[in-house]
Amino acid sequence: MQDSHATAVHALQHHFADMEQQRETSTFGMWVFLITEIMFFGGLFLSYLVYRLSYYDAFVAGSSTMHTMLGAVNTAVLICSSLTMVLAVHNAKMGHRKLTVVFLILTMVLGFGFLGIKAVEYHEHWVAHEVPGPNFHFDHPDAKHVEIFFSLYFAMTGLHALHMVIGIGLVSVITYFTWRGRYTAGYHNPVEITGLYWHFVDLVWIYLFPLLYLISHRHGGH
Amino acid sequence: MATAALPVERETYLNSSYGVKSWLLTIDHKRIALLYLIGVTAFFFIGGFFAMLVRLELLTPAGDLLQSDTYNRVFTMHGVVMVFFFLIPAIPAVLGNFLVPLMIGAKDLAFPRINLLSWYIFMLGGTISLYAMITGGVDTGWTFYPPYSSTFSNSNVTGVGVGVFINGFSSILTGLNFIVTIHRMRAPGLTWGRLPLFIWSHYATSVIMVLGTPVIAITLLLLVFERVLHLGIFNPALGGDPLLFQHLFWFYSHPAVYIMVLPGMAVISELVTCFSRKRIFGYNFVALASVGIAVLGFLVWAHHMFVAGISVYAAMVFSLLSFFVAIPSAIKVFNWTATMYKGSISYSTPMLYVFGFIGLFTIGGLTGLFLASIGVDVHVHDTYFIVAHFHYIMVGGTIMAYLGGLHFWWPKITGRMYPEAWAKLSALLVFVGFNLTFFPQFVVGYMGMPRRYHAYPAEFQVLNILSTAGASILALGYLLPMVYFIWSLRYGAIAGPNPWNAAGLEWKTASPPPTHNFDETPVVTWEAYNYDELPAHEEVPIAG
Repeated sequence: MQDSHATAVHALQHHFADMEQQRETSTFGMWVFLITEIMFFGGLFLSYLVYRLSYYDAFVAGSSTMHTMLGAVNTAVLICSSLTMVLAVHNAKMGHRKLTVVFLILTMVLGFGFLGIKAVEYHEHWVAHEVPGPNFHFDHPDAKHVEIFFSLYFAMTGLHALHMVIGIGLVSVITYFTWRGRYTAGYHNPVEITGLYWHFVDLVWIYLFPLLYLISHRHGGH
Repeated sequence: MATAALPVERETYLNSSYGVKSWLLTIDHKRIALLYLIGVTAFFFIGGFFAMLVRLELLTPAGDLLQSDTYNRVFTMHGVVMVFFFLIPAIPAVLGNFLVPLMIGAKDLAFPRINLLSWYIFMLGGTISLYAMITGGVDTGWTFYPPYSSTFSNSNVTGVGVGVFINGFSSILTGLNFIVTIHRMRAPGLTWGRLPLFIWSHYATSVIMVLGTPVIAITLLLLVFERVLHLGIFNPALGGDPLLFQHLFWFYSHPAVYIMVLPGMAVISELVTCFSRKRIFGYNFVALASVGIAVLGFLVWAHHMFVAGISVYAAMVFSLLSFFVAIPSAIKVFNWTATMYKGSISYSTPMLYVFGFIGLFTIGGLTGLFLASIGVDVHVHDTYFIVAHFHYIMVGGTIMAYLGGLHFWWPKITGRMYPEAWAKLSALLVFVGFNLTFFPQFVVGYMGMPRRYHAYPAEFQVLNILSTAGASILALGYLLPMVYFIWSLRYGAIAGPNPWNAAGLEWKTASPPPTHNFDETPVVTWEAYNYDELPAHEEVPIAG
């Protein structure tokens, strides 16, 4: 206990009065950052909705090419990664260093799993000439607007994948510091706010999956 | 000549360490503010150089100095540099960075490293944009409208777009830092109702930065995707909709006008109380008006698009909402005026800028109401009337307040006074030069001279000559402070901790402040602007 107290005092930055203020401040900072992220993705979601309303048939046609099974598996993978992240934060709070490291590594493994499956899907679209650009080909009277669907699909999932990559990077740094024993039951806030970020990125996918894969199926008659 | 060094070598944020490295790796908000001051000033003079080229070309009706292609690039680069790299960061990143922690009795901003990071992002974005401007320029207007920008322009839209995109994150991080700092780092006893209005305005500004900037970031990213990867998003030939770009662009860029002017209002509230020796009239109203402007600012963007083909009903709603913005703006102007009423006003330089701000902002705001009316807007759309209107807000408002604030806090920042007589002269030059530059543009715009052309009919020449003459006076008015501010670093009279006898926590510590700001964390038991309890400030010493 004496030891963990010493670490906590050491971790207090010069401009904060106490650990409590430092903890609240960094958590609040992450929440504000996540709000900016919502606005960032918001522009894309808005574009998607506007074009979906304008070019409904083309969007249904584009959406029906999605590999729903792979999308569903990926959703499950991400939800599991959120679970392992929660367990990592919980163990950090309890001061269980080794278990925290294990769950953080599991989180990263699941993150890589998601990216791998996403890469398989991208490859399928590439082979089927569904990537926008000179090679794009789609049998549909309104192929031009199907191309917009795919433009937005790649922009949205690509940006999400980029956030996953950044998330894995953050988790790897946190894992290293946890392993080195930098965090204690009294000071584990970096683990917690990395968790916030991770859950946010998962949550974005929870909206992307139905929007890109599912909702057109009901009306599309496939 | 008062050339004496500081009497006793007291440790300040300026002399606590030396060397380039101690500045480039600093996490002290005061040093980062000075880094920003240097960066922002450089961009101001670059943007000003482009402005002078524009004014020189418009001296004669024919296109003689610049041809149309060059002219398009010059006015675009003037706009891009001034908006994104000067006006948006100027007051928050320089004065706000320096003062927000001092005014709330904190040792630093909540995230000092992120603060330094935001300066580096700013410089990186600026450098990339400048590089792109030198190697090809950009000719789309600062609004980057597709499909011209994404498909047809043969200038370096991608480079400038990427630069502005990167720069956006500096704005986001500054806003985030301010919000968290104001929530979590206030000194004991400093309740929301006791905060200086400077803080309230910066809080409102930060909310806009945090909510709006990500939207322009994603919009510019999509534009770059369309230009580079030929993803069809905005170009109708690829199936896209250019109106969507305009909606997304103005969703940020209209609130961005308030990112520019709210910090100016922040400065004015501090100055007007100090030089009237009075409490602010209607504290709560002025504070909430800032928040009101931030909220309403997000609901009026489509008034930039009345002629773009939006529906009549949408235009009517946006017109009505635009009128609402006048209410909080007018509350501020009336309350500042009421603050001066029966105050003991002194005509120091910062106060001259206050007078300038209130007058020019009022003209800019009232002409904004003309433009919110659909009928008038359709008539004067894309004429010099618009140009004059927004320069009255951005230059007449923001830059006036920025210069007023720089003079007011200069003794706090450097520990030295500026030369008062020269400063008064430059304030006068700025005011006269500004009006001579931009008032004729209202007239010539109303007569029908379109913006963004390098040539014009001969009957507009007299007014354009007046405007160019005014711009030269204005340039002198801007150069002068740069000279005497630098001069004052060595020769200015030594300023005490509080040369203006001003209220506010920043004046309760030494000038320049120590690195940790306060020797003891202050405990606040009084309201802001308790000037009835403070003695009047003595005659300001004039150096030289």
